[in-house]
Amino acid sequence: MIGFELVRRAAPSRHMQVLAPVQAVLLTLLAGLALFAALGQDPLRAFHEFFIAPVSSANGLSEWLLKASPLCLIGLGLAVAYRANVWNIGAEGQMYIGGVCATGLAIHFQDSWGPFLLPAMIVAGALGGMFWASITALCRARFNASEILVSLMLTYVANMVVKYLVFGPWQDPQANNFPLTVEFQDDALFPLFAALGWEWFEGARLNLSIVITLVAIPLAWFFCERTFAGFQLAVAGVAPAAARYAGFSAPRAVWVAMLASGGAAGLAGVSEVAGPIGQLNDRWTPEYGFTAIIVAALARLNPLAVPFAALLMALLYLGGESVQIELQLPKSISQVFQGLLLMFLLGSEVLVRFRLRRRREGGSVQATERSVDAGARRSPGEGQR
Amino acid sequence: MTPPLLRLAGITKSYATVQALAGVDLEVRAGEIHAVLGENGAGKSTLMKSIFGAVQPDAGMIEWQGRPITIESPVAARACGIAMVFQHFALFESMTVVENVALALGERTTLGDLARRLSDVSMRYGLPINPAQPVHRLSVGERQRVEIVRCLLQSPRLLIMDEPTSVLTPQAIDQLFETLRRLAAEGTSVLYVSHKLEEIRRLCDRATIIRQGRVVGTADPRQESAARLAELMIGHSFPQTERRAKREGVLALEVAGLDVQADGPFGTALRGISFRVRAGEVLGIAGISGNGQSELLSALLGSTLSPMHAVMLGDRPVGTLGVAERRALGVAFVPEERLGVGAVPEMSLAQNALLTGYGRGLVRRGVVALDRAWAYAERCIADYGVVAAGPGAPAASLSGGNLQKFIVAREIAQAPRVLILAQPTWGVDVAATALIRQRVIDLAASGVAVLVISEDLAEILEICDRVAVLASGRLSPERDVHATSAAEIGRWMAGGFFDAQAVAA
Repeated sequence: MIGFELVRRAAPSRHMQVLAPVQAVLLTLLAGLALFAALGQDPLRAFHEFFIAPVSSANGLSEWLLKASPLCLIGLGLAVAYRANVWNIGAEGQMYIGGVCATGLAIHFQDSWGPFLLPAMIVAGALGGMFWASITALCRARFNASEILVSLMLTYVANMVVKYLVFGPWQDPQANNFPLTVEFQDDALFPLFAALGWEWFEGARLNLSIVITLVAIPLAWFFCERTFAGFQLAVAGVAPAAARYAGFSAPRAVWVAMLASGGAAGLAGVSEVAGPIGQLNDRWTPEYGFTAIIVAALARLNPLAVPFAALLMALLYLGGESVQIELQLPKSISQVFQGLLLMFLLGSEVLVRFRLRRRREGGSVQATERSVDAGARRSPGEGQR
Repeated sequence: MTPPLLRLAGITKSYATVQALAGVDLEVRAGEIHAVLGENGAGKSTLMKSIFGAVQPDAGMIEWQGRPITIESPVAARACGIAMVFQHFALFESMTVVENVALALGERTTLGDLARRLSDVSMRYGLPINPAQPVHRLSVGERQRVEIVRCLLQSPRLLIMDEPTSVLTPQAIDQLFETLRRLAAEGTSVLYVSHKLEEIRRLCDRATIIRQGRVVGTADPRQESAARLAELMIGHSFPQTERRAKREGVLALEVAGLDVQADGPFGTALRGISFRVRAGEVLGIAGISGNGQSELLSALLGSTLSPMHAVMLGDRPVGTLGVAERRALGVAFVPEERLGVGAVPEMSLAQNALLTGYGRGLVRRGVVALDRAWAYAERCIADYGVVAAGPGAPAASLSGGNLQKFIVAREIAQAPRVLILAQPTWGVDVAATALIRQRVIDLAASGVAVLVISEDLAEILEICDRVAVLASGRLSPERDVHATSAAEIGRWMAGGFFDAQAVAA
C-alpha cells in the first residue's frame, strides 16, 4: 500500500512561519474564485462584489470597522489566553454576559446617571465578562476541568440567561411580546462619529467604541512582550514544566488568561449593545466570540497582527451579505470562506513544521548494491549536537 | 581470509544543520567485542542507528558478511541478525516481561512457550529474570536484562549495546561484562558504544574512536592508557578538576524525617529522609534514577509541599513554601531535564536568563528590563564559555553541554546560599563536564552549600565531600568520600544498606 507520512522538520523556516497566514489567505482567495466559478458566476465580478464593493463607500467602511472592532478586541484577549495554553472557547458567552451587565445599568439608570452611565456600563461589561470567565477559571484551576468544555458549555448557559431576561423581566412592555428590551437613550450609547462632526461618516453607524479597541491593541502587545506577567504566561504555555521549575504559579496563569480574555469579550459585548444594536435582544451577535478564535489563530497569537486578521474576517461577513444581495448567492458563503481560511491556515502550519514523505515499504530486506558516493561527502559540521 | 562480519565504508549523514557522520569506516570481525568510543555528540548514536536501519545514511556502503546491503529498517536489520539494546528502554510498565517480549518479537507463539525459551536463554547467559514479573517492579538493571534477552532470543550475529552501563551499579556492570564475554566466545560480535574509558579497557578487543563524525583512530584499548584514549576522543588532554580545602560553615539545608508520596503509579515514595548540608561543603546523593530521585527533587524545589519543618533553610522552616518563595530565600536549582524544564527550548537565552534570574533586578515594576536580561545572559555566556550565537539564540539551538553550562551559570549567578544540582553532567561533553564540576567545587569553597544528586558514581567521588545513597526511597548512612569505595556505594545502590541499618538498630 502506498501512503504518505508526516516527518518533522529539523528546523522550521522562520520565513515560512511568518508567511504561513499570508499563504493561507491567498489560497482562500484562489479557492473562493473557483467556488464562484462553480456557482456559475463570473469569478471576477463575484470577487469584486465580495471583497471590494462592500468597503468602497463611507458607510461600507463604517460597517467594516464596526464589525472588525469587536472581533479585534475579543481576538486580542484570546491571543493572550492561548499563549498560556488556556483554550478559552467561550468568548461568545462572556460577551453575552458583558452585554447583559451593561444593559442592566442602561435600562435601570437611563434617567438618573447622566454622563456617568456609559463609563459605568463599560466597567460593568468588562466585569461581567470576567465574572463569566472566572467560572471556567475556577473549574480549571481548582478541579482541573477542561477549560475548553466548561467555557463552551457556559456559552449556552449565557445564551439562556439572555433569553430569560429579554422574554421575562427586562422585556419592553411596548414590544408586542418581541424578545427585546427598551431602546437605550443617548446617555447609554457610544457617540457616533457622525455626531462628533466627522461629516464624512454622516448616516454611518461607526461609534466611539472603536477607541477601546485602538487602546487595547498596544496594551495587549505591551502585556505580552514587555511585562513579566506576560512572560510567565508564555512560559506556562510552551513549557509548563519550566514554569513550575521557575516558580510561576500555574493556577495564576489560568486566572490571568481567563480574566483577560473574558474582560475583552465583555467589553466587546458592551460595544455592541451600546453601539449598533442599542438594546438587548436574543440574537444580537453574529457569533463574534467564535469567529474571534479564527482571528487569534490567523494572527498567530501576535497582538499586532490581530487587527489585520479581524479586518479580514469582518470583510468576509460583509462580502457574504453583499453577494447575497447583488448576486443572490447564499449568505452561508461567508461561512464557507471562514472554513476555507481555517483549513488552509491549519494545513500551512502543519507543513511549516512537518514535511510530507512517501511511506516506505517496511519489512523487506534488500540486498542491493549501493555505490559509495564520495562526491557527497562534505566538510564536517561546525556545530555538533 | 574470511571477510569481516560487518564493514562500513564512507558512511555519511547530515541533518539540516549538522553533519553527524563524515565518511566513517568501521570493521567488526566475527566474535569480537568492538568498542565505538566517542564523546556525546560525536556521532556514535547516529552511526549505530545507520547499522540498525533506523537512520538511512546519505552516502557510504555497508557490507554484511562480505556482501553489500541496504538496511532499510530495523525489521530488515533483525532479519539479517543484527540486534540492538538502546540506551532508553522501550518497555511497557504495566505488562509482564514475557508479554513485552512477545510484543517485540511479533512471532506466532504461545506465552507459555515463549516464557520457557526466555528462561532458557536467561539461565544460559547468567541473566536471571522472571518472565511473569510486571516490568514496573523491575530495577533498571533487570529491565536491561529483559532487553538483552529479547535480543538474544533472535540469535543475533551482531549485538549493538548503546551506553549500556550508564544506569547500572558496579556489580551489575561486572555481570553484564561476563555475559558479553560469553556471547563473544560463542561467536556473536558485540558493538559496544560508550564514552567510559575504563570499561572499554576492561572489556573490548578493539576500539574505533570517533570525534565530530570522523574516525580519528583505531586502537587496542588494553594496550593504550586511558589518558591516551581520552586524548584521542576529545582532541586534547584530559581536563582535571582541582579540589579546594574544605571549610565547614553554618548549617544551610536540613531535611528531617521527610516522607513523600510517589509521584505516579510507577514512582517511588520517600520514607524518613534526613540529611544536612553545611555552607562550604558538597553532599552527594548517589543512586539510580527512579529510586525516589524525582520525588526528592520536587520536595526540595517546592513543587511538592511537605510539613513545615521537614525542610529547613538555615533555621527557617520552608516545607510549606512554594518554588518562588524558596528561590527568594536563596536556593538555586539545576534540574535533570535541560530542554523543557531548565530552559524553554524556543525562547532566547536572554528570556531563559529571565526564567529564574527574575529576582536579580531583571524586572522593574512588573516590566521586563530587556537590556538587563540581555546583559545577564551575555555574562553567563562569557563566564562559562558557552558556544552560542549570543543572548538572542534560542535555547534549543545549543548543544547539550553548552546549554547545561548556561543553566549552571544562570543559577550560580543568582548568588545562592544553597545550590541543588540533579545529574549535572548527564549527556554533557568532557570539557563542559570538567568546567561544570570545577565551578561547583569553587562555589562550595566560596561558602555555598551544594547538594548533588547523580547516577554517576565517578562524578560523586570527584566533587563531593560526603556521600549517601538513595535506593528504593530510603537514604543510606553517609560516608566521607575518602572513607568509602565504589564497591561499597555500589552495594548500597542495590539496596544493601537496609540490612546494615537493621543490624545497627
